[in-house]
Amino acid sequence: MKPAPFEYAAPRTLDEAVGALASGGDAKVLAGGQSLVPMLALRLARPTLLVDINRLPGLDGIREASGMLEIGALVRQRALERWAASRSPLFADVLQHVAHPPIRNRGTVVGNVVHADPASELPALLLCLEGVVVARGPRGERMIPADRFYRAPLTTALGPDELATAVRFTLPPAGAGWGFAEVSRRHGDFALVGAVAVVTRGGDGTLDRVRLAFFGAAGTPVRGTAGEQALAGQAPTAARIGEAARAAAAALSPDGDIHATATYRRHVAATLAERTLTAALGRCGAAR
Amino acid sequence: MGAKYFGAAVKRREDPRYLRGEGRFVDDIKLPGMLHAAFVRSPHAHARITAIRTQAAGALPGVAHVYTFADLERWMKPLPLFGAIPPGLSARVAVTMKQLGQLALCRDEARYVGEIVAMVLGASRAVAEDGAELVEVDYEPLPVLADVVAAAQPDAPVLYPEWGDNIALSFKTGFGDAEAGLREAAVRVRERFTIPRYVGMPIETRGVVAQWDPRDGALTTWNGTQVVHFVQQGLVAALGLPPHKIRVIAPDVGGGFGTKANGYAEDLLIPAAAIASRRPVKWTEDRREHMMAAAHARAQVHDIEIGARRDGTMLAVRDRIWVDLGAYNSWGIVLPYNTVAHLLGPHRVPSLDVECRGVITTKTPNAPYRGAGRPETVFAMDRIVDCLARELGMDPADLRRRNYLTEADMPYELNIPYRDGNPLVYDSGDFRAGLEAALTAVDYPALRAEQARLREQGIHRGIGISGYVEGTAIGPYEGATVRLDPSGHAVVATGACCQGQGHETSFAQIAADALGIPLEWITVVGGDTAAIPFGVGTFASRSAVNAGSSIHEASGRVKDKIVAAAAALLEASPGDIEVSEGTVSVRGAPGSATPLATVIRAAVPTFAKPGVSDLDFEATVYHHQPTVTYTSAVHVAVVDVDTGTGSVALRRYLVAHDCGKVINPVIVEGQIHGGVAQGVGGGLLEEMVYDEQAQLLTGTFMDYLVPTAMELPDIETVHLEYPSPRNPLGVKGVGEGGAISPPAAIANAVEDALAPFGARVTRTPLGPSVVLGLLGKS
Amino acid sequence: MTHPIRVTVNGQEYARAVEPRQTLADFLRDDLDLTGTHVGCEHGVCGACTILLGGEPVRSCLMLAVQADAQSITTIEGVSPADGGLHPIQEAFWAKHGLQCGYCTPGIVMSVCAFLRERPQPTREEIREMLAGHLCRCTGYHFIVEAIEAAAQALAPPPPRTP
Repeated sequence: MKPAPFEYAAPRTLDEAVGALASGGDAKVLAGGQSLVPMLALRLARPTLLVDINRLPGLDGIREASGMLEIGALVRQRALERWAASRSPLFADVLQHVAHPPIRNRGTVVGNVVHADPASELPALLLCLEGVVVARGPRGERMIPADRFYRAPLTTALGPDELATAVRFTLPPAGAGWGFAEVSRRHGDFALVGAVAVVTRGGDGTLDRVRLAFFGAAGTPVRGTAGEQALAGQAPTAARIGEAARAAAAALSPDGDIHATATYRRHVAATLAERTLTAALGRCGAAR
Repeated sequence: MGAKYFGAAVKRREDPRYLRGEGRFVDDIKLPGMLHAAFVRSPHAHARITAIRTQAAGALPGVAHVYTFADLERWMKPLPLFGAIPPGLSARVAVTMKQLGQLALCRDEARYVGEIVAMVLGASRAVAEDGAELVEVDYEPLPVLADVVAAAQPDAPVLYPEWGDNIALSFKTGFGDAEAGLREAAVRVRERFTIPRYVGMPIETRGVVAQWDPRDGALTTWNGTQVVHFVQQGLVAALGLPPHKIRVIAPDVGGGFGTKANGYAEDLLIPAAAIASRRPVKWTEDRREHMMAAAHARAQVHDIEIGARRDGTMLAVRDRIWVDLGAYNSWGIVLPYNTVAHLLGPHRVPSLDVECRGVITTKTPNAPYRGAGRPETVFAMDRIVDCLARELGMDPADLRRRNYLTEADMPYELNIPYRDGNPLVYDSGDFRAGLEAALTAVDYPALRAEQARLREQGIHRGIGISGYVEGTAIGPYEGATVRLDPSGHAVVATGACCQGQGHETSFAQIAADALGIPLEWITVVGGDTAAIPFGVGTFASRSAVNAGSSIHEASGRVKDKIVAAAAALLEASPGDIEVSEGTVSVRGAPGSATPLATVIRAAVPTFAKPGVSDLDFEATVYHHQPTVTYTSAVHVAVVDVDTGTGSVALRRYLVAHDCGKVINPVIVEGQIHGGVAQGVGGGLLEEMVYDEQAQLLTGTFMDYLVPTAMELPDIETVHLEYPSPRNPLGVKGVGEGGAISPPAAIANAVEDALAPFGARVTRTPLGPSVVLGLLGKS
Repeated sequence: MTHPIRVTVNGQEYARAVEPRQTLADFLRDDLDLTGTHVGCEHGVCGACTILLGGEPVRSCLMLAVQADAQSITTIEGVSPADGGLHPIQEAFWAKHGLQCGYCTPGIVMSVCAFLRERPQPTREEIREMLAGHLCRCTGYHFIVEAIEAAAQALAPPPPRTP
């Protein structure tokens, strides 16, 4: 399984990188390579030029400011995992479900986010936390919100001549609770289906903000808006959570494949929504 | 004979080089001027090939040659076939069988996705793959056969028109009167079970390197095969060279499991390419190729019925079996008859009626893989036994207690022959004792009590039992040459081939004891046709018995020669000579200790006189093993089923087994662990999936799911020992046993866990979606 | 078109020219004759090709050789002492029958080198979780887990002497 031939460039400035992507022909960005190289090996991807961004300066930062977490394009998944170990149990839990340490040592957070595998965890987290992708192209920089970023499996709003230089997650506010769950056939595999939930409670105990996202349940990560709306402003009883979870899942149109039927994915999406909302509630402190 | 090493947990002598990364696997071999091969493989499950255009490929810089059938026609004899029906079997069972040898390159028809259409040789594998993409093939798709039962129907499209149907093999056999037994039974249960296609999947894929030496007129080929002599025989037939001009070497091999014990197209194509191109040629299979081109396995359907008295005494079993052979019936009687011979296993059942069909489909050919028919048949039997238990309202353990054979029943004859044509007689073992040992070790009553407690908390725990009896160490022979070098060190050459079983250690243990020399003085050479002219190979859990017996006997003869020389040298009676740890001495004569090298040197003639004995410290023995020897085991699986997601967690797994006398207990345990892991994969994760167009959907490790350390618990083992009466060492084969019972034990456990829901398990793997389907939610 | 690289492997610097599509795994095996790193799948799942990049385990089949420029790599050959002996981790695997065919073994040993540095006293559960990134078809993992436990004990600093 050897790749088809391609040219290779390792630019040292962002302008050079963008220029290389825009140079005509079919160019692909190489960051961690953990998603791209297998596709090259299987000859499913046949770019004419690989633009290796690993030499670009200033892209390996993890910066927390004003309730946002900005992660540069060269931050390895493992680096974020280590950062999160003492700062964010949500990010730590999600990252520990991404493949295995040797993959996370090399794979980048941004790379995983823009690779847009429908069964991936990080795109769903981005959607749940209403993040943005920072893209640099020949016409400058733009922010693409998560809910406009994912178009189809492996397809995003990023143009062929654009490089994602960072992603920004909106950090859950103080007192927010979170839940994360996925079903995979083996530890570290892509999920059959998964859910991530973040909730905040108001002073009167009702749910203030509810954010729920699914992965593995459609061609892109999907917000469970029917469930979010059913719970916002409500007192969170077990029955309401169950109904909201089912309402969120009912709106899904998953695909079936050799690992799971569509019915399975829809059914378990509801189960996981219930479990993650319940867990999020359990982790919630009241807002001050 | 001293038994210093036999039975000892000696650390493996091959390990240091593996640990240091200094093994020599086929892909490690580099020869000057070597070309690399890549294959054009059919993307269609069935198609006529009307044209192949190779000009563009041949013109690509870096591509040296492109070969199609026409280019290599003079070597394109049909590939070897196995599984001819032994006379003893055909005398008692009427078998209809059709076999057609596969051609190494498709001539004008491709019969499964992955069959080879053309070969490209390039300066590198990457360039060869570039070239393969440029080969243009005109295909006319033909009807496919994707389902084994459908392919057996009279209206199915026929793959081999001259056959008239797709039934490559068919027979009925049995004993007693199953119809009467079922009629008489107070309870009858019948079910259809499907064992999917799943495979060995070694971590090292296949590989072949070949080099033609024009000066010697000889071919050397390195091949990650389990059967160097079979490969040699295939090359003799195709290349028209005598055997001693064809050397087949299996170097270090990264797992075999049966997947590497076949007569493959590539075994011939790479040597043919080396001869045709006059360059050494290497082919290393990539994983995607392996998925479609290395032999598949399992893939059976059983329609099985059992009848019993109200007290659980079994009266009769009837089974209709379909075996999915894939596109070629390369293995003849082996898989279908293994399946039938092992169906009743440890159970006492007075009547049996089986009908078995081996059916051709347009899929990768099926071949033996660890268990070779036994896992499939045990699945059917242990599942129907649990169905019977449920119907009777009996605990599955009690139902088995009532029907398992004991030592008092041995030797126990089933009135059907074994696959080798000899009577099927269980020679040793106590299957009920094995069951009790397993149940005691796992504390079965405590497990049941805990299950009840957990159920009240909404946790669905299940316990499943499976037991088997396994005919191991099929013959007819294996050989060993044992010879001393001038220093008294020994080379043990055998036809057995090693893929991780520890032959360099366990065989040395046998030889060291029989020769009376230190273990470190022994070098074991297997997997090399130049080391010994006749051999069978390593599969079917046969090498400890067959090779081990040869090594034991040949070593004994060399020891006799040492004793004769020493007696002459030391002027003592041979009966008083002792050989221990490389030193020869005369019993009762302190100060007589003499190094073995000195004894050997005394046999060397000098100008003054002849040697004290013949200068011959070598012996060759081909041990004849007419039939198998029987191991047995009982497995217990404990699972938790998450009814919200369908996930099955394997909490405990225990094996109580008998493999006779044990050469190296740690190696034995390792074999059981590895077999269990593969069986667990078959039960929970692994399946080669084809769609209705017989397109293979599982193409990488993302889809074919090999269990990891997180899907397996610690594996508990209990050893029983019922020595084999059928070989001088009392050993039995243990390589495969671990893989036989897990799918059945796990399936029984899952159904047990879901008993409150009335779920019925009829197939594996039991992935989450399948499990929720059992609950009507998938 | 080839690209020049300078890469340090097991402490030795190599200057080579590589084709962009050549993986690091193939470069180590074919260009540097370091065949102890094995290839099992070429898509990053089996783990047989695992090496240390700057001390961290990575899949050498998922890195391009050209990306190894200016990097420091350790392979199984770099773990084994030069005198032909065995590192304590290798000794532990030998003692506990933590290998059978040996094909997946170098990749596992490399991961274990890094793992025990980060987690010197792992639980069996943590060991199994780390091991889940490596496929083995021979052992069923049971003795590998015991080997890693034994390796952890062998590498642990001796307990302080009590007066």
